[in-house]
Amino acid sequence: MSGSPSSFVLPRYPPEDADQRTPVAFPGYRSTGLRAPLRTPVDLPHRLTEITGPVLGEDRVAPGDADLTLRAGGEAQGQRIVVFGRVLDSGGRPVPHALLEIWQANAAGRYRHVVDNWPAPLDPHFDGLGRVVTDSLGRYEFTTVKPGAYPWGNHHNAWRPAHIHFSLFGTAFTQRLVTQMYFPGDPLFGQDPIFNAIPPAARDRAIATFDLSRTQPDWALAYAWDVVLRGTDQTPFETDEDGDVA
Amino acid sequence: MTTHDSDLVRDADETNDRRPGTPRRGTGFLDGPLTLRTTPSATVGPFLAIGLTWPDGPFAVAEGTPGAVWLRGRVLDGNGDVVPDAMVETWQADPDGRFAHPDDPRGAATTEGFRGVGRSDTRHGEYAICTLKPGPVPDGEGGWQAPHVDVSVFARGLLDRVVTRVYFADEAQANAADPVLTGLSTEQRATLVAQPTEDGYRLDVHLQGDSETVFFAV
Ligand SMILES: [Fe+3]
Repeated sequence: MSGSPSSFVLPRYPPEDADQRTPVAFPGYRSTGLRAPLRTPVDLPHRLTEITGPVLGEDRVAPGDADLTLRAGGEAQGQRIVVFGRVLDSGGRPVPHALLEIWQANAAGRYRHVVDNWPAPLDPHFDGLGRVVTDSLGRYEFTTVKPGAYPWGNHHNAWRPAHIHFSLFGTAFTQRLVTQMYFPGDPLFGQDPIFNAIPPAARDRAIATFDLSRTQPDWALAYAWDVVLRGTDQTPFETDEDGDVA
Repeated sequence: MTTHDSDLVRDADETNDRRPGTPRRGTGFLDGPLTLRTTPSATVGPFLAIGLTWPDGPFAVAEGTPGAVWLRGRVLDGNGDVVPDAMVETWQADPDGRFAHPDDPRGAATTEGFRGVGRSDTRHGEYAICTLKPGPVPDGEGGWQAPHVDVSVFARGLLDRVVTRVYFADEAQANAADPVLTGLSTEQRATLVAQPTEDGYRLDVHLQGDSETVFFAV
């Protein structure tokens, strides 16, 4: 770094275009009505607090956290699947050793949560929680059962498409992401306001791809899903260690 | 949709030893910049407690640590009702204003036992995070930012996190010179300033309403 100790150039994380980002509020999703802020957010230039962030990894993961079908003291019911992919930043760089927290409904579409009381069976051997850390190349993989769709009270006969919740920190406060992964070809997309709140240009990026080559014969189907976090802008005149322009 | 072996993705070997966030060096630009679109956010939904609960989540520092304070507050909706299914995450410097992070140009260092990150749901009516009060943080331009905590709020009914900051009422002098606070009206500033309590500080988050909290685009 050049300059005095109190003056420095920090990496910058440009925002994604508005037409690519999920808005905080969406009219069809009723709960946003009283919760999503109504005033325009104030621009916060990135300083030290924003370009740093929690460094979380293996210390947050316990043995067995990457297999949701076996975590809860027995074998979970349902269609066994492997979900895998890479965590990248928007510059295409892998995000290594990064924590992913995942949670989902069971194969019948029921969460093991006190607020979820619709009449689908709970699975005593499925708690719906998983945690994994990306490897040195930014790759992750976990085994679970395909979650079921579930009804909710948003509108008449409202059903959530099958989805897995994901939470990632990346390496900077600016990169924090909580999202949902969907499955290809779900017939419930059209009536789901949470899916349709995603701008049309970005919806494909929320949907996993079936990958026959990664299925496990006689064991599990496989879905690929990459997660892309905001990256730093790339300065073409960056100099190398000798001060030469690269 | 990209996949893990997409030809849009750079070979990882040359980059995975980089410090996070630092620009590429050397010859990396000869093949031109690459831009992937980011993954769109989604709400945490009503069942976040399944996936995002850590037993030690509220403790950015162990209780009883010298200087430990509780930062507490409610999250309120547009009716003024308490939101009981939100999650508040905090990220902040230590009392010396440092971050345990490789992109801190002063070097990654922080107070022993201090994690910087706190996480609390609001199932009991408010968030509560045990932490150390941060010190002033350089603004990168030769000046200082007042002690502050970056805050993310997640909830059912929020399709993306909302971001705000907590400042401290007993730092009036530093607050008066803070580059973020000075850009706000008196009324706006008040929504970001936590008040001292018996065991720490308190600041409610108003998602909507006359005293809607100032939220930031980051
Ligand atoms: Fe869900």
